Amino acid sequence: MLRLRLERAPAPLWFRSLIPVIAVPVTFLLTTILILWAGADPLRAYYEFLIKPLASRVSLIEVLVKSTPLLLTGASVAFAFSAGYWNIGAEGQLYAGAIAGAWLGMVLKDVSPVIGIPLMIAGGFLAGVLWALGPALLKVRLNVDEVVTTLLLNSVIVFLVSYLLNGPWRDPVSMWPQSATIADGTVFFKLIPRSRLHLGFLVALVAIGVEWYVLKRTALGLRMRAVGLGKDAARFAGINVNRTMLTAALVSGGIAGLAGVGEVAGIHFHLIESISDGLGYSGIIIATLGGLHPFGVGLAALFIGLIDTGAQTVSQALNVPVYLGTVVQAALLLVTLSLFVLQNYRIRRA
Amino acid sequence: MLAIQMQGIVKRFGSLLANDHVHFELAEGEIHALLGENGAGKTTLMRILYGLYRPDEGEIRVKGQSVVIRSPKDAIQAGIGMVTQHFTLVPTLTVAENVVLGGAGALLDPRRMQADVRAASQRYGIPVKPDALVRQLSVGEQQRVEILKALARNARVLILDEPTAVLVPQEVEVLFEALNRLRKEGLSVIFISHKLYEVMAVCDRITVLRDGRLVGTVEKSATNQTDLARMMVGRESFGVARQGERAQGEVLLRIENLSARGKKGLTALDNISLEVQAGEILGIAGVSGNGQSELSQVLEGMLKPSSGKVSVGGKDVTAASPGALAEAGVGRIPEDRHASVVAELSVAENLVLDQLEAFTRGGSLDRAAIRKNAEKLIGEYQIKAGPDDHTRTLSGGNMQKVLLARSLSRSPRVVIAAEPTRGLDVGATDYVRARLLEQRSRGAAVLLISEDLDEILALADRIAVIYEGRIMGVLGARDATVEQLGLMMSGTPLERLAETMEAGHA
Repeated sequence: MLRLRLERAPAPLWFRSLIPVIAVPVTFLLTTILILWAGADPLRAYYEFLIKPLASRVSLIEVLVKSTPLLLTGASVAFAFSAGYWNIGAEGQLYAGAIAGAWLGMVLKDVSPVIGIPLMIAGGFLAGVLWALGPALLKVRLNVDEVVTTLLLNSVIVFLVSYLLNGPWRDPVSMWPQSATIADGTVFFKLIPRSRLHLGFLVALVAIGVEWYVLKRTALGLRMRAVGLGKDAARFAGINVNRTMLTAALVSGGIAGLAGVGEVAGIHFHLIESISDGLGYSGIIIATLGGLHPFGVGLAALFIGLIDTGAQTVSQALNVPVYLGTVVQAALLLVTLSLFVLQNYRIRRA
Repeated sequence: MLAIQMQGIVKRFGSLLANDHVHFELAEGEIHALLGENGAGKTTLMRILYGLYRPDEGEIRVKGQSVVIRSPKDAIQAGIGMVTQHFTLVPTLTVAENVVLGGAGALLDPRRMQADVRAASQRYGIPVKPDALVRQLSVGEQQRVEILKALARNARVLILDEPTAVLVPQEVEVLFEALNRLRKEGLSVIFISHKLYEVMAVCDRITVLRDGRLVGTVEKSATNQTDLARMMVGRESFGVARQGERAQGEVLLRIENLSARGKKGLTALDNISLEVQAGEILGIAGVSGNGQSELSQVLEGMLKPSSGKVSVGGKDVTAASPGALAEAGVGRIPEDRHASVVAELSVAENLVLDQLEAFTRGGSLDRAAIRKNAEKLIGEYQIKAGPDDHTRTLSGGNMQKVLLARSLSRSPRVVIAAEPTRGLDVGATDYVRARLLEQRSRGAAVLLISEDLDEILALADRIAVIYEGRIMGVLGARDATVEQLGLMMSGTPLERLAETMEAGHA
C-alpha cells in the first residue's frame, strides 16, 4: 500500500511570488460548481469576469474607477500589516474620511478648487488618522487586541453616518438619506473628460508610490518591516516597537481616510450610507493577495476592481446574482491564504 | 521484580546521538532518579519510554515482557504514566473531571466522580479539591492533579520530568510526601532531576547520564552529593591555562541587589550582586533554568528588573531599553539567536538594524553604505552568506556571527554573552570563543553566561555559580575544582562548601 506522510519543507522563494498567479485558476476551478448551480456557463462567466471589462474603453475606465478606493484601502491595510499591526478598521477609517469630506464640502461654500481640493485631501487623511487613534493607543499602551477594537469601531461609524444622514445632515430635497451636495470647489476634477475617473485615482497611485518608498527606502520602513517580521528581534535591536506600530497604525488610517474622501468628492458628491459597502474589507484581501508589497497591492487592487466590474456585467449578461462576484473574491482569498500555508509542506512517500 | 527494563536504547536526532546504548532498570516500589546535566539525554530516554519518541535501537521490557511502545496510548496501556513540565489539563473543567477525562465511560456522574477522586486523593496522600476548577489552582496543585490523572489510568510506573522545577519549596515537600506514599503502595517512580539534594532526599537509586551515555546506577546509601556531582559533570581534572594574567581593572559592569520575576511570575533572580572588571571574563555557571535566562534578558534590556541597580562604567542603566543599552556601550549576544535576528530580512539589513540613524542620508536609507558595511562585516567575521541573503537561510553558526558582528563592531565596553555557543558546531564554537577572548584582551568587561561548564572553565577568569536565582559564590577559575562547582550548581553556597565536602569524604 502506498503510504504518504506530510513533512515540513518550505517551498523555494520563487514559488511564493507565484502564489497569487496560481490562486486565480484554482479559485475559478473551485467556483465553477457555484456558477453552474446559478445556471450559467462557467467559461462564459469567466469571459465576462475577466475579459469583457477590458474589451472596451468605457468599461476599462470603469475598472480604474472601481479600483480607486481599493488601491487606497489595500495600501492602508498593507501599511499597517507590514508593521504587524492588524488593522481591520480600514472600512471605518474610510467612513471617517468620507464624513470629513462631506463636512468640508458643506462648510467650504465658495472655496476655490486650489484651496478646496488640498483641504479635502488633508481633511480625509486626518479624519482617518483620528478614527485609527483610539485602537492604536489601546494597543501600544494596554496591549488591547487591535483586531477586535478596529473591527468594532467599523460598526460604530456606520451607525454614526446613519445618524448624521437621517438627522442633522439630511438633505431635505432628497428622497434618500444623504447629505447636501458638496461645494463645487471641493469636487475632485476628472482625469478623463465625461468619465467617472477622478483625481482620487492619481492620489491612490501617488499613495502607492510613497508607500513603496517609505517601506523599502527609509529607516521607518525598515523598522516597520522588522517589527512586523519579528517583534522580539526588532526590540532586541533597540527599535521602539510601540512607536513604530503607532506610526504604522495612524498612517494606515489616514490612507483609508483618503479612500473615503475620494468617493465623496469624486463619485457621489455627497455622503450616503452605502458609501463603502465593504471597500475596507476588500482592502484586507487586496493587501494579502499583493503579499503586502505596495506594487503587488496595486496589481491586486486593479484585479479586484476588474472582478467587481465584471461581477456587474456577468449578473446582467447571464442573469446570475451580483453576489457571485463577492463569492469569487472570498474564495480567492481563501485559496491564496491556503497556498501560503500549504507551501510550507510537502507530501512524501513514507 | 523489575517494573521496567530498557536495554541498549539508541536515539539519534540528525547527527546528534541523544541516547547511546543506554541501559536502565526500574524496580517495583522504588523511586529512581535520572540525573544528568542539560542535554544528557534524560528526557529523551523517558520520552521513548512514554511513546513520544521511537528508539532507533534497543528493547523495552515491562515486567519482563518485551513491548513495543508506539504512542502514549500504548504506554498507558502498559501502566506507564508521565507528568511533563507542561501540564495537559483543561483549565475550565473541575479537578474531578480532568482526572476522569479520557478514562471515563459514556455516562458521567459528577458526584461519583468526585467521590472517586477524593478516595484516590486520600489513599495516595495527594491532596486535591475535587470540585475546584483547574484554572484556579496553583502550579503545585495542578501537578498533583496530573499525577492523580496518571494513577486513575492505572499507572504502576510514574515518570516525573523535573517535577520540582515549577514548585515553591513548600509544594516540593508535599510532592515528596506523596511520592513516599506511592512507593509504599508498591508503585515505581522515575524522577528526572539535576538537583543533587532532592535526589538524595527522596530517591532509592540514582542513574546518571552524561552526553547521552550511561555513567552508572548507584544506591543512595552508597553515594553522596560530591560523588554524584563528579559523575554528572564527569571531569576529573581540568585546567585550561589562562592566557596571561589579568591586571586589576576598572569595574565596568556593576550589578547591585538585582531581582527579577520570570515568565510564571515566580522570583527568577533573587538579590544578585556582581562586578565585572575591564579585561576579564566573568563566567556564570549553573544548571539551566536557575535564572540565567532572566539575568541575560535584564542585561539585554528585554526584561525589567523588579528591584536593584545595573550600571555600566558608572552610568545607571537599570531598566534601560535595548537601544539605550547599546548606546551605553553594552554589546549583547542573546541566548535565543533565532528570535534575535529578523529571519525574513536580509543579512545586510539585520547588520544595521540597531543603528539605522547612522545609515540614513537625507531621509532615506543609504543603501550603498548598508551594503558596504555588510560586505566589511561578512569578511571580518567570516559569515558564510551574501549581504542580500535572507537571514533565515543561515546556519546557527552564521546567524550567531551576524549577531556578534552587529554588537562587537561597535567596540562595546561591556559584553553580555548568553549561551554563545549552544548548538554550534566545533568550528563555530571555537570561533565565537576566540572572539570573546579577543574582547577580553581589548579591555572589555565580558559576562559569559553558559550552562557548558567546559566553556566557562576555558574562558572565564572568575566563575560565579547561580542556583535558583541566587549567586552561590564567586571562585577564581584557577582555584575552582569540579566538585566545588558541582556542589554549588546544585545549591551549596560557597561558605558551606567545606563542611559539605567534609561530610562527603567521611
